[in-house]
Formats: sequence, structure tokens, C-alpha cells
Amino acid sequence: MSERKTVRRWFWVWEFEKEERWLNTMALEGWTLDKVGFCKFEFIRTEGGAYTVRLEMREKDADYTAFMEETGAECIGRVVSWNYYRKKAELGAFDLFSDLDSRITHLDRIGKALLAIGLANIAIGIANTFNVGHFGWINLLCACLLMYGLGRIHGKKESLKLERELRE
Amino acid sequence: MPEQIALTEATYYILLSLVTPRHGYGIMQQAEELSSGRVRLAAGTLYGALNSLCEKGWIVPLPGEAGSRKKEYRITEKGLAVLTDELGRLRELVENGEAVLKGELQ
Repeated sequence: MSERKTVRRWFWVWEFEKEERWLNTMALEGWTLDKVGFCKFEFIRTEGGAYTVRLEMREKDADYTAFMEETGAECIGRVVSWNYYRKKAELGAFDLFSDLDSRITHLDRIGKALLAIGLANIAIGIANTFNVGHFGWINLLCACLLMYGLGRIHGKKESLKLERELRE
Repeated sequence: MPEQIALTEATYYILLSLVTPRHGYGIMQQAEELSSGRVRLAAGTLYGALNSLCEKGWIVPLPGEAGSRKKEYRITEKGLAVLTDELGRLRELVENGEAVLKGELQ
């Protein structure tokens, strides 16, 4: 039985790049992501730097998963709409995106999800404030946070778009 | 006259790779080989590009073996025309670039 450990850690949606960096630092130290759950990361002991880990927001798509597997990557798991992948370093470099356009599309997808949940929270929050009158503020607070996240994602997207005017 | 388009590097190499039918991983390998390792198409980028190219009718998926998810693609007549136009555009870029840098043009 190989050595395992579980780490509980929270990342905001707009920190997905930081999360990915952290997972790869762990992999470099010989702890490769093996299972994911809500705020829960399970690692397995491997050689340092044996794997590269990537995460992506994408709706369930069996064709895409098959495509990823064809390229030697492995789907570790899925939390809400986030998919976690890893690929053996010896099989070559592993990136999900190789141009600005596809990075922008990915950020767009994240932004749309945040907007949808944010708007739902505003609607529920307002309805609760006027009708039940107790906990509507919780939804409104959630909405504020989600809108902040949307702003962060939008900022990242805009800077990529500026760069897109000069290069691919 | 149709709008003049400049293909992205990913689109260009995908179309070029699909003059011979290939599946996803084959396209990645071919692009990398043709460019001596410089162009590495990432899986997410390639997957998105293949879907858009199919929608545009520049490439088509070939009927696969039953039960296999591994899809092969091939360039269409339309795709070949786009590729030929792009080659002309690239040639112009190179000729102008060389002429100016060699001092033949200002």
C-alpha cells in the first residue's frame, strides 16, 4: 500500500491558477494528486516531478475525456464543474491550452458560470428579503463575492485580450 | 470577395496535418514534427479548434470503428482552399519582410 495523505484547503474560483501551481509544487515534492473532493485533496507518494497536474472548468463531456486520455492524460476527478487531470512527465509536456484564444474561452466559461450563480443569488436574496425577511442577506453576500470573482476573471480576460491584439 | 483571413498557427498546422487523415494525438505529433518541436498543440486548444473547424466545414470527422471514441479527421475541399489562400498570404509576408530587411524596399 503506497503512502497517502489528505489535505483540506480552500481556493476561490478565481484562484484556479494558484491552485494549479500548488498542486504542481506538491507533485514536484513527490505528492501527486490522486483523488479530489470538495476542499479536499488526496495525494499519493510518487517520485518528485513524476506528474504534471492541470485543472479546467468544463461541463461533463465524455468525448473530451476520451480525447485527453488519447493524449496520455488521466482524469483524476471532478468537483462541481472543475476537472482535474494529470499526465506522467515522461510522456512529455502537459498543458491544456497553447494559445491566447483558448485561454480566453476558458476564462469566459468560468465568468459565465459565476454570473449565472451570482444572478441566482441576487434573485433569491431579494425574494427572501421581501418575503421571509430573514436570511436574504446571506444570498446577497454570496452574490457580492461572486461578482467580485467575476471582476477578477474579467480582468484576467481583458489583459489576455490586449495581448491578443499583438500576438497569438 | 471573401473577407481576408489570417489563420492562427494552431489552425494552420491542424489543417496542414489533416491533408492526411489523422486522429487528435496524431495531429499533435505531426504539428510538433513539422515545426521541429516548436509548435505544441495543447489538448484543450486542439479539441476546441477541431470542433470549430468541423462547424465551419473545413475538416470532417471520418466514420470511426464501432465502439471507438477515437475520431479521425480529414481536410475538406473548402479547408484546402483556405489553406491555399493562407499560403499565398504567408508568402507575401515573407517576401515583404525579406525585401525591407535587405534594403530592397523601404
